[in-house]
Amino acid sequence: MSQEHNMRRVTAIRNGTVIDHIPAGQAMRVLSMLGIDKSTSVPVSLVMNVPSKKMGTKDIIKVEDRELTQSELNRLALVAPDAHVAIIRAYSVAEKLTIELGDEIVNVVRCTFSNCITTNPREPLAHRLKIVARAPLELRCHYCGRPQDLDELAQNVL
Amino acid sequence: MPGLITMDDLSNDEILSILDDAERLLPVAKGEVYFPLLQGKILGNLFFEPSTRTRMSFETAMKRLGGDVVNLGDVKTSSVVKGETLYDTIQMVDGYTDIIAMRHPRQGAAQYAQDAARVPILNGGDGAGHHPTQTMLDLFTIRQAHGRLDGLKVVLAGDLRYGRTVHSLSHALTRFGCELIFASPSLLRMPREIVADLAEHGANVTETEDLLGSIGDADVVYMTRIQKERFADEDEYAKVAGAYKLHASNLEGSKEDMIIMHPLPRVDEIHPSVDATRHARYFEQAFNGVVARMALLCRLLNIDVPAIVGGEA
Repeated sequence: MSQEHNMRRVTAIRNGTVIDHIPAGQAMRVLSMLGIDKSTSVPVSLVMNVPSKKMGTKDIIKVEDRELTQSELNRLALVAPDAHVAIIRAYSVAEKLTIELGDEIVNVVRCTFSNCITTNPREPLAHRLKIVARAPLELRCHYCGRPQDLDELAQNVL
Repeated sequence: MPGLITMDDLSNDEILSILDDAERLLPVAKGEVYFPLLQGKILGNLFFEPSTRTRMSFETAMKRLGGDVVNLGDVKTSSVVKGETLYDTIQMVDGYTDIIAMRHPRQGAAQYAQDAARVPILNGGDGAGHHPTQTMLDLFTIRQAHGRLDGLKVVLAGDLRYGRTVHSLSHALTRFGCELIFASPSLLRMPREIVADLAEHGANVTETEDLLGSIGDADVVYMTRIQKERFADEDEYAKVAGAYKLHASNLEGSKEDMIIMHPLPRVDEIHPSVDATRHARYFEQAFNGVVARMALLCRLLNIDVPAIVGGEA
């Protein structure tokens, strides 16, 4: 099935953001990490488990009338590090963005260690996870130094 | 260097140079020379958890150098009990003091405090995390006995799972190329992630349950307390803990200059008969907490310890 066919599963959008090449099954988590939920007023389309030449299967999200910022997109580094992002204006791609992992993930997820100082929700400093290796991804809490389990971490999205 | 949170904040050269400073400060620590190098400076002692040796030795160190100390006092009566965040407590104490020594039950608290503070933080223990000032006094004690740190054979024995002192110390000893023997009951083995970390840094580590069989060619035997509450039942505890007790008679055949250390308090893992042997170093070790912390306070406050302490120079 062609790429073109995939994109036609949902209508082309006039203005907004298209996030493509999300690992299959991760689209719901991507929405939650971007804070997109039932309170979001703009139309959002989501396709899951569509065939992909590169990935086998993948998910795609289209958010209308909202241009996601680079820092919003960087939040996705944990679940969709290779996603392609296009900003659409007047039905054409105005900008292409990629997700940048950087050296640290700040205020996206909370450390998974139950005795870490950051488990007190009233402590105001940023949640910070340092990237110690990229492939495969390895993270440690900036404060307590504990290595993080990625599956457990996905439950700790802020 | 803003503060001392983990031993990674110090290079090997910095460690050795701080130990040299400590060496020169010994007469001051013993009260033989009055040397008010830190006059006018104030240390904030923030102990959110009980501590005897660490808190008292910080206080003694500051006072021997002519500085002053303010204490958080009992956590039960301080603003912490009213729900104050660590961030807010640090903001306040930061304004009152020039340097802070802190112990906290939560891991990562020292780094958190350092990020919130302008003054340097000395980590006096954060949960099961780090205790670098203890490591510095341990290294001082080892170097005092052997004249060097590199290439020694060190047995760490007892509770290696929960003891933060042995975690920090084994990292530091690895950096100086020491051979490490971890002697512990299987339930209290060194955590896997620490052993993996040490291996990554080129450590030469052997794990065993046989303490007495390991001390024959050791240069240092570092004992720790096995806590009863770690075991499901008392019989199991009695059986296991019995194998991690040292009596003077166990030391026959050990190296002449082997030293026995313990972060204290001890319960019965070192029999009092050991106290009179030439191997016992745990009380000197506790005293060395003062001199090591004096050197650290000077270093973090950017006060140079002169080449001749207490003389005219």
